[in-house]
Amino acid sequence: MVETKHLTCICCPMGCQISVDMEDGKVLKITGNTCKRGEIYAAKEVVSPTRVVTTTVKVDGGELPVVSVKTEKDIPKGKIFDVMSVVEEIHVKAPVAIGDVILPDVAGTGVNIVATKNIAKAG
Amino acid sequence: MYDVIIIGAGVTGCSIARELSRYKLRTLVLEKGEDVCTGTSKANSAIVHAGYDAVPGTLKAKLNRLGNEMMGEVADDLDVPFSRIGSFVVCLKNDDPKKLQALYERGLANGIKGLEIITDIDRLHEMEPNLSDDVVSALYAPTAGIICPFLLTIAMAENAYTNGVEFRFNEEVSSVSKEDDGSYVVRTAAGVYNTRTVVNAAGVYADAIHNMVSAKKLHITARKGEYCLLDHTAGGHVKHTIFVLPNEFGKGILVSPTIHGNLLLGPTAVDVDDKEATNTTGAGLTEVNTKCFRGVKNIPTREVITSFAGLRAHEDGDDFVIGEPEDAAGFFDAAGIESPGLTSAPAIGRTLAGEIAEKLKAVKNENFNGRRKGILDPKKLTLEERNELIRKNPAYGTIICRCESVTEGEIIDAITRPLGAKSLDGVKRRVRAGMGRCQGGFCSPRVMDLLKKYRNVPMTDITKSGGKSQIVFGYSKRSEEV
Amino acid sequence: MKNCDLVIIGGGPAGLAAAVSAYDAGIRDILILERDNCLGGILNQCIHNGFGLHTFKEELTGPEYADRFIRQVLERKIEYRLSTMVMDITPDKIVTAMNREDGMFQLKARAVILAMGCRERPRGALNIPGFRPAGIFSAGTAQRLINIEGYMPGREVVILGSGDIGLIMARRMTLEGAKVKVVAEIMPYSGGLKRNIVQCLDDFGIPLKLSHTLVDIRGKERVEGVTIAQVDEHMKPIPGTEEDYSCDTVLLSVGLLPENELSKCAGVALNPVTRGAFVNDRLETSIDGVFACGNVLHVHDLVDYVSEEAASAGRHAAEYITSGEKKSDSAVPVRAVDGVRYTVPTTVDPKLCDEMVTVRFRVGKVFKNSFISVYLDDERIQHRKKQIMAPGEMEQVILPKKTLLARDGLKEITVRIEEA
Repeated sequence: MVETKHLTCICCPMGCQISVDMEDGKVLKITGNTCKRGEIYAAKEVVSPTRVVTTTVKVDGGELPVVSVKTEKDIPKGKIFDVMSVVEEIHVKAPVAIGDVILPDVAGTGVNIVATKNIAKAG
Repeated sequence: MYDVIIIGAGVTGCSIARELSRYKLRTLVLEKGEDVCTGTSKANSAIVHAGYDAVPGTLKAKLNRLGNEMMGEVADDLDVPFSRIGSFVVCLKNDDPKKLQALYERGLANGIKGLEIITDIDRLHEMEPNLSDDVVSALYAPTAGIICPFLLTIAMAENAYTNGVEFRFNEEVSSVSKEDDGSYVVRTAAGVYNTRTVVNAAGVYADAIHNMVSAKKLHITARKGEYCLLDHTAGGHVKHTIFVLPNEFGKGILVSPTIHGNLLLGPTAVDVDDKEATNTTGAGLTEVNTKCFRGVKNIPTREVITSFAGLRAHEDGDDFVIGEPEDAAGFFDAAGIESPGLTSAPAIGRTLAGEIAEKLKAVKNENFNGRRKGILDPKKLTLEERNELIRKNPAYGTIICRCESVTEGEIIDAITRPLGAKSLDGVKRRVRAGMGRCQGGFCSPRVMDLLKKYRNVPMTDITKSGGKSQIVFGYSKRSEEV
Repeated sequence: MKNCDLVIIGGGPAGLAAAVSAYDAGIRDILILERDNCLGGILNQCIHNGFGLHTFKEELTGPEYADRFIRQVLERKIEYRLSTMVMDITPDKIVTAMNREDGMFQLKARAVILAMGCRERPRGALNIPGFRPAGIFSAGTAQRLINIEGYMPGREVVILGSGDIGLIMARRMTLEGAKVKVVAEIMPYSGGLKRNIVQCLDDFGIPLKLSHTLVDIRGKERVEGVTIAQVDEHMKPIPGTEEDYSCDTVLLSVGLLPENELSKCAGVALNPVTRGAFVNDRLETSIDGVFACGNVLHVHDLVDYVSEEAASAGRHAAEYITSGEKKSDSAVPVRAVDGVRYTVPTTVDPKLCDEMVTVRFRVGKVFKNSFISVYLDDERIQHRKKQIMAPGEMEQVILPKKTLLARDGLKEITVRIEEA
């Protein structure tokens, strides 16, 4: 039986309303997207959704108490809170630079946590 | 043993405290809030009334006139901004002009100077261009004024404190009892205090305090007044305080500039059972925003930056209750202090302090210094003076509150001076940081940092207004100890 | 008094991009005045990703996006002052500013770019009844507390308003362990971007209640709960629809207001719809040599558009400094009608404008399968179909100079939405 899933594309702020026709877990047809990225997103979102997680990590001896970080690539949506509980425990020492790997392979995702802000040493 | 314990650090209690500090007396002020000026004194019309309103012969009439006369000197001594901008009571097309005349005559009976009924519409509109087109005449009272009720209360408290009065905060009085020797015991959760005399300046709770010692019971009703405060952009909409004549729809909503350049609309008047009910209501705010247009046109109500409600302490006898009850010598009431309580505060203070000093045969405090220097406002300096100040203290070169242009130096002063601010609201009432159009959106994290640093407490102890009003619950990262 | 060719008020995304483009157009004597202690503005606290797709063709977080521009400013050695508050701008472009090191100082600028950004509408501006306890934050204040200062401002949260910052904070607080109970939006549609509704609410099962508002806030000291009610078409609460929520925190995401207090000092004419300056196609305000860009001009949805607009302001300010005010009598008004709330710019001068003029606007309600149309006087010259348009998202049309020039006696340009 063909089942149609409706979703809002999140690849860009356009927010295209995409319809995905599926049968037996397989994608038959994708409509409503206005670019290739939307098609790729929709195909993935209905089967294995992923997200980039952004949060903060405690900094010791920095001019700010926390540094913003992100998962370098998107991770499975179901792993968001696993990532959060790992990241919550980390400390880094200042200075920190954008792109610094704060934690490799977070929560078994194979994806690194990297800094997204420069934090100088306090003082 | 204290000579005097004052219950309540509102404008009345602080005025009495300051006046008592002119004498050699050991005085203690007990306040249930975390700061002075946290009850009725912080949420009212901020008006210094001329005094035509009260029934001749009442304490309200007498103390209003006296208080108004004293206010200029008090404000000057205490470095508190005050301006006699004058007020109008406007009479509209369908109003009864006899009522305006009656008000005028009442004013004369009360000894109010300068009153005038103006029927020349052109002159009225010249004096006040935004008066409603329905206005046909007005009672002009040039001695009416506007003042900052926070700064008046704070200044009185600071001045009392530097002249030797003790203050204890977060101490709610649970009982007052008379001892056999005629002295009193005042209890709070934190302590037991012996005193020769007690002053009851407990605002909406003054009946409860009074009734602890007197069989002649008082009954105070909390009368809620809701207000809207408009941004500086609307501050010049009227130049005087505009009242409308009371009619069948009630007392009417006043429209007034504030001493800090905002526009104030309010109050409503609704009796409430809960004496803590300082919440605004949908109906109240709607009333303010519609009825304000009776006397004044084109009010830019969309420039509203905040709304608030205050509770007036209305006593059943409809007058101030001042002095010793017959059956409780040494216990002095300052109860039922509703409008014109702010105006009357200096006079209530002087009257009661005089009575108490006489009772206690107190001698003058030779070291009393009635002058108090307010927090330096760099906006009043010239460019050169300001630069000199910043060179000496760079904190005056950093703006913390953008909307009201408040510098770090002023905020540090507010926190570190005698009886300094302990909370965001405390800072706000002293230097207006967070009082502007963004209502603390930008500056509150920075003011919190300064409170943390200069009070040397953890961030989780920083509150909006004391008690359980903490602002942050801890750190966002679990690895940090809270 | 010191002279300066170009003073830029604000070192956020708009100010940075304007500085870089003015520099690249040949201006060297530039000074950026920034009130915070670092460049980058509000992007520093917007740690979520999604920035820069248009500008850099990749998804960056706010601080990373800011850093790209900060580096360009540093590479060009453009002068800037941090922790410096501009106190006044006069109509003849004397800028008074203050900081700890220099005290109060004045600069005579040849051109000024206004790039002060915007602020959040506070609770007080909404007349929400109730108590005034601790725990009521504008979403941006909560964002700063969490992302910059590292504090948790609440545990159980109700959010009023579905602006983007509110949506972002719903997710952010959820990730940090808070329980976001509901997002209430008074309008029948969200004010935020679609992707944020999906990623910030749907992902975490946070309900969005459209046509709902706060009718009471309880708690004398700290927030203890709120009441939410459905509203009718006049946005008045419907009795009987009240629902109580217990919470310790209320976040407000109920709109952004351009911060134009300084613009008013300078005498700049403001558009009551955007609350930003009226500008021409060169982004010049009613005062010669005073330009505006970014959220101080009109609130944008995407920072990429801020950068683009600011670059244009920088270029035109440079042109003004080099060649003086361009005078012409050929400017025509741009009218916003039929669902278009406003346009930026509000006038276009076919003789003086760029080869392509970008006109940005927002619609007043949700439109589906409708057309964005541009008329030169009575003739429709553009008619572009859009599947969906919403007030939360900025739209634009591009007007070629040669099309405008080709029409003799052009009186007005009209942008309207035409429903299918």
